[in-house]
Amino acid sequence: MSLVSIHEVHKYYGDLHVLKGINLNIEAGEVVSIIGRSGSGKSTLLRCMNGLEKYDDGTIILDGKEVSTDEFQIRRLSESVGMVFQNFNLFPHLTVGQNIMLAPTLIRGMSKPAAKELALDMLGKVGLADKFGQYPEKLSGGQQQRVAIARSLAMQPKVLLCDEITSALDPELVGEVLKVLEQLASEGMTLILVTHEMNFARDVGDRVVFMHQGKVWETGPAKDVFAAPQTAELQQFIGAVL
Amino acid sequence: MMQFTDWDILRNLLLAARWTVLLSLIAFAGGAIVGLLLTFMRISRRSALVVMTRIYTEIFQGTPLLMQLFLAFFGLGLVGIDVSPWTAAALALTLFSSAFLSDIWRGCVESLPKGQWEASRCLGLNYLQTMRYIILPQALRVAIPPTVGFSVQIVKGTALASIIGFVELTKAGTMLNNATFQPFKVFAMVALIYFLLCYPLSRASQYLEHKLSRSSK
Repeated sequence: MSLVSIHEVHKYYGDLHVLKGINLNIEAGEVVSIIGRSGSGKSTLLRCMNGLEKYDDGTIILDGKEVSTDEFQIRRLSESVGMVFQNFNLFPHLTVGQNIMLAPTLIRGMSKPAAKELALDMLGKVGLADKFGQYPEKLSGGQQQRVAIARSLAMQPKVLLCDEITSALDPELVGEVLKVLEQLASEGMTLILVTHEMNFARDVGDRVVFMHQGKVWETGPAKDVFAAPQTAELQQFIGAVL
Repeated sequence: MMQFTDWDILRNLLLAARWTVLLSLIAFAGGAIVGLLLTFMRISRRSALVVMTRIYTEIFQGTPLLMQLFLAFFGLGLVGIDVSPWTAAALALTLFSSAFLSDIWRGCVESLPKGQWEASRCLGLNYLQTMRYIILPQALRVAIPPTVGFSVQIVKGTALASIIGFVELTKAGTMLNNATFQPFKVFAMVALIYFLLCYPLSRASQYLEHKLSRSSK
C-alpha cells in the first residue's frame, strides 16, 4: 500500500471549489514536487495531508491512518508526518536546541540527555551543530529554515511535507536549504514539496504533480514532465517559469 | 474652630492615600485573578464560555465605573446584602479591572502568529501543551507593558469610590476642603499625590515596552 493515498478529495472555501477530486498515491521514498500557479490548490492539498486543513469529501490515508482534523487523530498523524513552513515558525522564545528537544521530550517521553543528543545529531545533519544554544532571531533565514527541518526530523517522520520552504528566503540562501533536502532525498526520506524551485523539482524530484484549477492536471516522472509536457497548460507554465 | 496648617492638610491626605494604594492593589490583584480566569475561558474555543465572557466584558466596558460602584453599593443593599463602602468599592473595581485585563490578555494571545499553533500541532503538541510551552510564555512578554499601563487606570478609578463614602484620597480632599475652604490648595495637593502614584507606573510601562520590544528583535 502507498504511504500516502489520496482518493477523490474535494474541498470548498465557502462557494469556492478549491480541490476538485484529487487522486494521488505516493510511495515511501519518493520525492514528489507539487507545482502550479498560485491559487491552483497545491498548498491546500499539502495542508490537507496532515490535517491542518479539513477536506469535505474523499479520503486521505497516510501511513495507514485516515487523515482528519480531529485533535486526537492529528496527534497520531504527527508520528508519521512532519511539516516545514514557508515562514519557518520556529518558537522565538526558545533556543535552537530547545526548539528541537521540545517535542521529543514532551511527546515521545525522551529523557533530556537523550533529546539533547538527538537534537545535536539532527543539527549536525543540517550543518548547524554549533547553533544549539542560539536563539532563532540570531540566525539567517536559511539557517532558521534548516533548524525547522531539523526540528521536524527529530520526530522521525516517515514523510516530510515542505510548503514553499524557500519562498521567504533571500535568493543567496535558497541553495543551503535545497542542499539539505537533496541530502534527505538521497537518504531515502519521503518528501512532498510544494515548490517554485523548478530546477530542484527536475533534478532531485522523482515525480512532478502539476496542479491547475484545483485538479491534478498532469503528473509523471520529473524529467519527462519537464522535457515533454503533455498539456498546453503545463507547457505554458513551464515556459513562464523556466 | 480648628486651624489646619499646610502640613496638616498634606499629612491627612497622605494618610488617606494609603487607602487609595491599598484599594488599587486589591483591585489589581483581584482583577488579575478574575481576568486570568476570563482570559482562559475566552481563548478556550468553547463557544458557550466565549459568549459568556464576551457579554461580561461588554457590560463592564460599556458602562461607567461610577454606575458599577453604585450598583455594587446600593444594589446589593437592595437584595438584603449589607455591604460596606470598602467591600463595594473593592468588588466593583475588581470586576471592572478583570474585564479590561482579560481583554488586554486575550489580545496578546491572539496577536501571536497562527504559525506558532500550526507548528506545535504538526509536532504533536496538544492544546494544553501548546498553551503552556509555546503560547503563554510569548503572550506574557507582550502583555506586561499594557498591563502595567492599565494599573494607572485602576489607581485613578479608585477616586470614584469617594462617592459611595469610602474615605480615600479624593474623599479626604473633599472633607479637608469643607473644613479649610481652600479648594485650590487642597485639590492641587490631591492631584499631585495621584500624579506621584501614577507617573512611575506609566514610566515603567513605557520602559518595559521599549525593553521587551527591543529584546525580541
